[in-house]
Amino acid sequence: MTLSGEPEVRGLSGRPVRELTLEAVRHGEVSVPDVRIHPGALEAQAVVAEQHANPQLAENLRRAAELTALGDDEVLAIYDALRPGRSTPAELTGLAASLAGRGLPRCAALLTEAAEVYARRGLTR
Amino acid sequence: MAEEEPVGRIRFMDRQRVNLDGFAVEDPGLGLVALRSPADPEPSLTISGGRVTELDGVAEADFDSIDAYIARHGLDLAAAPEAMSLPDAEFALRVISPGVPRAEIIRLSAGATPAKLARVLALLRPAELGLAMTKLRGRRTPSNQAHVTNRLDDPLLLAADSATAAAFGFREIETTVPVLADAPSNAVACLIGAAVAAQGVLIQCSVEEALELELGMRGLTSYAETISLYGTEQVFTDGDDTPWSKAFLTSAYASRGMKMRVSSGAGAEVLMAGAEGRSMLYLEARCVALARAIGAQGVQNGGIDGASVAASVPGGLRELMSENLMAMMRNLESCSGNDALMSESDMRRTSRTLPIVLAGSDFVFSGFGSIQRYDNMFGPSNFNAEDIDDFLAMQRDWGVDGGLRTVPAGRIAGLRREAALACRAVYRHLGLADFSDEHVDLAVDAAGSKDLGPTDTLAVVSAAHAIREGGLTVVDIVAALDETGYEDAAERIMDMTRARLSGDYLQTAAIFDESLRVLSLVTDPNDYAGPGSGYEPGPARQAEIDAIRQARGVADLRAEQAASATKGVLEPTGPAAPGQDPRDVVIGVSPAVGRDVWRSLSGLTVPEVLGELLAGLEEEGCTGRVVRFGDTVDLGRIGLAAARLAGSGIGIGLQGKGTALVHRRDLAPLANLELYSVAPSVTRELYRLLGGNAARHAKGGTPDPARNPYSDEAIEARYHTTVIALMALERAWVRPGAAAEELSREGLQ
Repeated sequence: MTLSGEPEVRGLSGRPVRELTLEAVRHGEVSVPDVRIHPGALEAQAVVAEQHANPQLAENLRRAAELTALGDDEVLAIYDALRPGRSTPAELTGLAASLAGRGLPRCAALLTEAAEVYARRGLTR
Repeated sequence: MAEEEPVGRIRFMDRQRVNLDGFAVEDPGLGLVALRSPADPEPSLTISGGRVTELDGVAEADFDSIDAYIARHGLDLAAAPEAMSLPDAEFALRVISPGVPRAEIIRLSAGATPAKLARVLALLRPAELGLAMTKLRGRRTPSNQAHVTNRLDDPLLLAADSATAAAFGFREIETTVPVLADAPSNAVACLIGAAVAAQGVLIQCSVEEALELELGMRGLTSYAETISLYGTEQVFTDGDDTPWSKAFLTSAYASRGMKMRVSSGAGAEVLMAGAEGRSMLYLEARCVALARAIGAQGVQNGGIDGASVAASVPGGLRELMSENLMAMMRNLESCSGNDALMSESDMRRTSRTLPIVLAGSDFVFSGFGSIQRYDNMFGPSNFNAEDIDDFLAMQRDWGVDGGLRTVPAGRIAGLRREAALACRAVYRHLGLADFSDEHVDLAVDAAGSKDLGPTDTLAVVSAAHAIREGGLTVVDIVAALDETGYEDAAERIMDMTRARLSGDYLQTAAIFDESLRVLSLVTDPNDYAGPGSGYEPGPARQAEIDAIRQARGVADLRAEQAASATKGVLEPTGPAAPGQDPRDVVIGVSPAVGRDVWRSLSGLTVPEVLGELLAGLEEEGCTGRVVRFGDTVDLGRIGLAAARLAGSGIGIGLQGKGTALVHRRDLAPLANLELYSVAPSVTRELYRLLGGNAARHAKGGTPDPARNPYSDEAIEARYHTTVIALMALERAWVRPGAAAEELSREGLQ
């Protein structure tokens, strides 16, 4: 049992951690998706964070769970789009709609909110 | 009018190191004000329809991006009415009262605006800040973080220094680069070095955000902390970020299973001429509220790069400590600064750090320079390798846990060698670079990169390039360690890689201990509730804190003294009889002389001291006898007893440790004619002079009074423990009523 109450911890690939041994590495049977965190673990940690008086940390971990579905380059591209002066409000809302459509509602909400505030504060392109 | 040259006393004071520091006149307009500025807003919060419509004097329509993010995400609106209506002094009282639980302060603080928390914290006096920190930090067990860097980005030295830092007890190691392209190599070298020495050390490579995230995504690093927040919108934007981009980045790190904290702290806005007239504490209150709002688990603050800006204004150190406390009140991990050299004065920089060491923080330093100042590529930290022994002594002096421990010299040597060899083997195995045996030897022995001699820095760039372009991951490093015979280190990294997958270490204030258990706000919550509660080091940890390598006991000293023993010298020749010759002077020695005590504090052996005293007597035409008294260790009594045995009525008393006096038979025991009280500083010449003066007293002549040599060094600090042990050796030979015995003068020169 883990602290968060999950019966078994898995890597992003779905492989249980007990299979991720040095022996497996020796046989070339461990790849990066095996050693990346699974969204289920992040969701479980979000519950723990809520129980410990930090709903904002919980929200962050839930956004993170969504982001496990995206590749590194795409994650970095979205970060770049959110930097000041990089995007028009329409680009931000468009990106938000695309993320919402792909099952990342929390990240989408963050971008939607950014579009609104950026427009008012002159932080858009 | 020409300025008058100051008097010598002032010129002397001007030359002290503290006067290299800059001290600023308080200037609120520039933000050069610590705790409170006229331009700081009155705390206010208006909630309407479940929405914040006014925050610290700003209406919703005028919210800047920082206000807007805090208003929407940062406050607990249920707790807000109570928190905001609580008088500042009452709030502050609850903060420091051990009887008010931490959870209650966390609940109230979540409903307090930045201006409100700044007002409350500005009320706390220094001792109250300490108490509040002891109570409010999230993790019960304090910890510490190290900087491991060098001027050359030399991988073998980084590996050896990383192992050294892990051995000293640091649970996070932060590296960075003078040459950006070297970053992947530094991350790998530190990862290997730490794994050789200890389990569960978190590794960070602090570089620009995209590269740092990339290293984390490959599992080569396990935490990040240089995600900067600023207290004004302008400076935030100049930093090329917004609260939303930082919130997204925070989630990006978590999505790759990386622990992350943000970085803020006084001075950054002032240095950018962007403080907008606000106090440092108020601006930091905005940063910390934002850190909580974006969902970061912790904050590195306490000035950081701007620490010396805060330190330049009145009350600046109070402000720095208040920043740390503010993070704790927002239920966040505190990584408490102390990572930039804030003064040229050893006293000022110690004064800056000590209160946090005493109070205990999640991380006492957000980067103790475990390497020498010149090798610290973050710039010198407030404490560096030069100060590790000082820090260990301070921990021991106060009986507090600052996260570090003494490591035996042999263990350091062994770990450094294994780390350098393992790093070389991995680099060779993966075709990254090859290093000579001589390079390994130099890295193992080096106290810093200047000891390496010329190295091939292009090889480092090329290795780093290969790591990055080859897409090497933590799995490749584990495999390489395993295949080159470093199975234990491979297993450690693999175990930690597995342990990270549960995400337990993403919770607030999480570290791994050396058994790979997560200690965090969740698993190791701070339960301080007054004396006798909260964190105390366990017996094993206390022993680590107490047992610094310089500590000496009586057994150590007995062995050292035995090594100076000379056979056949100072042998007893029979009971001492009263002398009749008016030129007879008796040198009385203490009970352990010639038995367990052979070397005095000056470094001269006791036979050498006696030889000089006898020579001095003889030069003035007297003869000396050496008599050992067995019934007292008191030098006055020994000297008086010697005088009473002497035909001249003059005696010299000598304790084995080297303290000496001249006595006369008709004086009271505690009176004497001449005394050398500072035994460590007495020379051969002075002992000879004392012998000569004793002879002059015997002849009724005029002595040339000897002066005690004066030293401005901490003689007592240096020798008192030895004196205590020497006196214990003397005391062990005391036999009440023991007869005085004459000792052979054979071999005394």
